[in-house]
Amino acid sequence: MSRLSEQLTSGQFVVTAEIAPPKGTNLIPALADVEKFEGITAVNVTDNQGANMRLSSLALAAQLQQAGTETILQLTCRDRNRMALQSDLLGAAAFGIENLLLLSGDHSKFGDHPDARPVFDLDSVQLLDMTAGLMAGVNMVGKPLNGVPNFFPGAAVNPAAEPFELMFQKVSKKVDSGARFFQTQSIFDREALERFMTAMEPLKVPVIAGVLLIRSAKMARFLNDNIPGVQVPETLVKRFESALDPMAEGIEVARETVAWARELCQGVHLMTLGHEDKIPVILA
Amino acid sequence: MIISELKPFEELQQALSEFDKLFLIGCAACATACKSGGEEEVFKLQEWLVEQEKEVTGSTVIDEACHIMRAARDLRQHKNAVQDADVLVVLACGSGIQSISSTAEKRVVGGLNSMFLGNVRRFGHYEEMCSLCGDCILNETAGICPVTTCAKGLLNGPCGGMEDGHCEIDAEIECAWRLIYERLQSQKRQGVFARRVPPKNWSHRRKPGRYRLQDGER
Repeated sequence: MSRLSEQLTSGQFVVTAEIAPPKGTNLIPALADVEKFEGITAVNVTDNQGANMRLSSLALAAQLQQAGTETILQLTCRDRNRMALQSDLLGAAAFGIENLLLLSGDHSKFGDHPDARPVFDLDSVQLLDMTAGLMAGVNMVGKPLNGVPNFFPGAAVNPAAEPFELMFQKVSKKVDSGARFFQTQSIFDREALERFMTAMEPLKVPVIAGVLLIRSAKMARFLNDNIPGVQVPETLVKRFESALDPMAEGIEVARETVAWARELCQGVHLMTLGHEDKIPVILA
Repeated sequence: MIISELKPFEELQQALSEFDKLFLIGCAACATACKSGGEEEVFKLQEWLVEQEKEVTGSTVIDEACHIMRAARDLRQHKNAVQDADVLVVLACGSGIQSISSTAEKRVVGGLNSMFLGNVRRFGHYEEMCSLCGDCILNETAGICPVTTCAKGLLNGPCGGMEDGHCEIDAEIECAWRLIYERLQSQKRQGVFARRVPPKNWSHRRKPGRYRLQDGER
């Protein structure tokens, strides 16, 4: 049983962070970065994040796991068909990876290979269903597995998405398909988070709130223009514009969001994008 | 219909550089309707080729270039002009080009790129609504195809990139799942939202497609 699943089950407030594999084979910086994740429950390993080609999330997650860091393997449907997804999941299990974040994936259009053919053979709900099947000992065509994986599958959600009911029907489907926890898109709006958590209440599935460290107004605008599902409200962008020390302001904003999460959610997921040294102060 | 567009002139110039005498072929079906390979476009191409100091031995617009036997029959009516040419330049979709290349002995150069099966919104505005997947879900999705009009072809609702009901790949495009949701709501039914849609059977779309009307065999 993974530490993440244990802590969530026992009602402990969890903290997750994330790490991106290198754009090459040099794993030394990524493995060294892990030391900055002291005290964190588990580290997400991103999968060709933003549709930019990097070393495989499975390879880095396996190395981290073997070095004693608990990971959450991110796996998207964008780059693999159903066969590749199944074999990567079995491979992940062989490396001792249990926690999964199963995603559709950002469209290839956003990344460094915009000419690539996006796969999307499965969607995230079907990927969750398939994972549940593997855990029950059968592959997608019903054939028994020789050795059965033990996963703790999670899914993503954007709690502020509109129309809310449309977004939430998919959340319900994900729960029905075996999602045991949710990690959210970056949270900026307390009311939207409250509404979402109220709707989540009957489903009894833990929610880990996404907290993004914004460092400047420029970064906020970049996120709004380039990152799917991230909308930094204009009031917040203005706050960064008028801040004397935008990084300090970013930390303050992150701390406020962590405080909402402590009140409303079961954990926080910190996206510090290279500024992992700020994690202790964000959590303090 | 099949939406197609003329290849860039530089590419055509390159493809035709080794030929002097050309016979031009258009198509009276889709390529005429979307203004890429009708009478007018064949004529314009001819004018341009003459400017390039090429000799055009003749031209024709075939009724339906995708009909292999009819295309061959139409071409036989221009036997001499075809015979005189070094190359047949075809302004038709990829299907039409291959009707010609599979029956003619001459070299064939296609002048168009074929893009998609398109609906006409209004003159000159085409939209892809069906991707011919062979496993239609429209009756459950209020007549809006998510396989085609969702950029990711998702079957169980919108992705996390939906922003204010619009698509992550283009803020001008409305999210297909939002449209499905709203239309189903207005029809007071759950439709596709009543179930988790299982993975799609892509074997219906195995290439190359074959179908025989007689026995329904694919």
